[in-house]
Amino acid sequence: MRKSVIKKLVLVALLSMVVPATGFAADTIKIGVAGPHTGDLAPYGIPTMEAAKMVAEQVNAKGGVLGKQIEVIPMDDQCKPEIATNAATKLVSLDVDVVIGHVCSGATKAALGIYKEAGIIAVSPSATNPPLTQSGDYPNFYRTIAPDDDQGKLAAEFVTDKLGAKRIAILHDKGDYGKGFADFSKQFIEAGGKAEVVLFEGITPGAMDYSAVVQKVRREKADAVIFGGYHPEASKLVSQMKKKRMKIPFLGPDGVKGDGFLEIAGKNAEGVYATGPMDVSNLAVNQKAKADYVSKYGKEPGTFFDQGYAAMQTVLNAIKVSGGTEYAGLEKALKSSFVDTAVGKIKFDAKGDAEGVGFSVFQVQNGKFVELK
Amino acid sequence: MEYFLELSSSGLVRGSIYALIALGYTMVYGIIQLINFAHGEIYMIGAFVALIVSGVLTIYGFSGVSILILAGLIAVIYAAAYGYTLEKIAYRPLRNAPRLSPLISAIGMSLFLQNYVLLAQTPDFLPFPALIPDFDFMEPIAHIMGSAELVILVTSAVSMVALTVLIKYTRIGKAMRATQQDMTMARLVGVNVDNVISTTFIIGSVLAAIGGVLVGSYIGQINFYIGFMAGVKAFTAAVLGGIGNIPGAVLGAMVLGLTEAYAAGYISSAYEDVFAFGVLVLILILRPSGLLGKAVTQKV
Repeated sequence: MRKSVIKKLVLVALLSMVVPATGFAADTIKIGVAGPHTGDLAPYGIPTMEAAKMVAEQVNAKGGVLGKQIEVIPMDDQCKPEIATNAATKLVSLDVDVVIGHVCSGATKAALGIYKEAGIIAVSPSATNPPLTQSGDYPNFYRTIAPDDDQGKLAAEFVTDKLGAKRIAILHDKGDYGKGFADFSKQFIEAGGKAEVVLFEGITPGAMDYSAVVQKVRREKADAVIFGGYHPEASKLVSQMKKKRMKIPFLGPDGVKGDGFLEIAGKNAEGVYATGPMDVSNLAVNQKAKADYVSKYGKEPGTFFDQGYAAMQTVLNAIKVSGGTEYAGLEKALKSSFVDTAVGKIKFDAKGDAEGVGFSVFQVQNGKFVELK
Repeated sequence: MEYFLELSSSGLVRGSIYALIALGYTMVYGIIQLINFAHGEIYMIGAFVALIVSGVLTIYGFSGVSILILAGLIAVIYAAAYGYTLEKIAYRPLRNAPRLSPLISAIGMSLFLQNYVLLAQTPDFLPFPALIPDFDFMEPIAHIMGSAELVILVTSAVSMVALTVLIKYTRIGKAMRATQQDMTMARLVGVNVDNVISTTFIIGSVLAAIGGVLVGSYIGQINFYIGFMAGVKAFTAAVLGGIGNIPGAVLGAMVLGLTEAYAAGYISSAYEDVFAFGVLVLILILRPSGLLGKAVTQKV
């Protein structure tokens, strides 16, 4: 007797949870925002969530999209693939229309299959792992950040096409970041077929000097050096190349492009090239987004704020253009309609990477990094 | 052939810096059988003092070489004071303790000094001015050996000759050799052993500081951590040559420096440490007491 009472109570409780969730479904557009909102990596996820909420608030204040209010549903994945699958399942069961996220590449990959089966589009502000788009496994995936290999591709193209180098030496610091950049550069130089890689070698970070490897670059008669790594090693390399009277161009990734390099390498930095994310700080949309953020939260926005803001803008634009939240309509809109976002005027290419987002080459001129157009 | 010379020059430069630091390890070990792990930190502090002093002198309008000499001098004095104090605080109270105690104390001092510089200065790399000017007469062979490299080689050679003279022909040198052979007996015949040990630390620190200043102006950047790797390499050099043996430390340092340069040049710079420590293992298998380690009675 008592047991059946409990059963009924449980049933009532369950029903009462289900009813409100479905009750408002028709009236709002639900955007899931998945990423690390707790744990070590939370600083990478929270800015995107804040950006999505800010865009939603502003759009809602003007009457929403297609007359519907935007509802942002944050979902924590702690950047862990196993938690990301749970988060994705939960978002699907909450019947979200589009997902902004995830943030880390590993977590994104784990979640994408679930969205794919549910027919939900995911736009990540930060998952840079190249195969996510290039493999073609996830047609429902888009991102507002350039993939990892973009930088290596740009470096390869710049050195072979703009600098006209034929014999390129590639050095790296053996770390994930530095060697990754070096590997991609090598891959694109070889694929381009305009130049050969005459030296591909790791150096030991923190070694006293690099004069032996600099001599090796000279012996190989290299006419350009691409270095994958950070600024302390880059400074040492350029100053030793100068000491050995070598005048060939030197190019590093965004780990070199910073004040640290300018300060330590001093006048040896002059003329050094570095790739780095395009400067978006002078875009009107970007400036407004940042100003809104500062006035709301009283501090500067964190990592991936721009990309998160842009992801939300592209999604809402696609919903508006396609007149609904149907998969096919959204896909067409995302790939065809340009949007003025916080990272520039973008649309997505056939694979889901944003066109008009990415890296530029900078050169040190008079002690400052200047973007080369 | 030219490539071989280029690599040799690079190896000798590294070797001389290692030698300047290794001498401190080997002298201290020779006298009190202690591996002074904080020695690399003295080298780092020497470089930092020189950086600060040269900054100040530049403001007062001094020029290249005079800054190098003055900054070097002040760095040497500071480092000597640190070496002296280090011995007094961390090792002297443990003179009669079990051998492991001063060793732990040395590791503690090493960490302490690193973190002290990290907090008092900065965790970032700092630019070090190129204090050694480019000589015109070196220009034709600058790609093999530049002015800075020449100055490093000459300074190290002069320091080593001075050390040899000091140990062979002066009173304190004699006292050092006596203390090394038998501390108790030396004390009985009137040698002030405490003074001798202090002097040994001071000399070792002076040499390390010279190395620090030279390296700073050669590669143009320093941070609080440079002493660790340099210390490990110099210690390796000292063991390679036979720890406790002064010519052995220099020989070991040169072997190590040249091995690294040839390994980087002819094989791969990614593996230079592998070859450096591979040579150490090989030599210790063939000669467990190091290259010159057999000459026990000669060591200081």
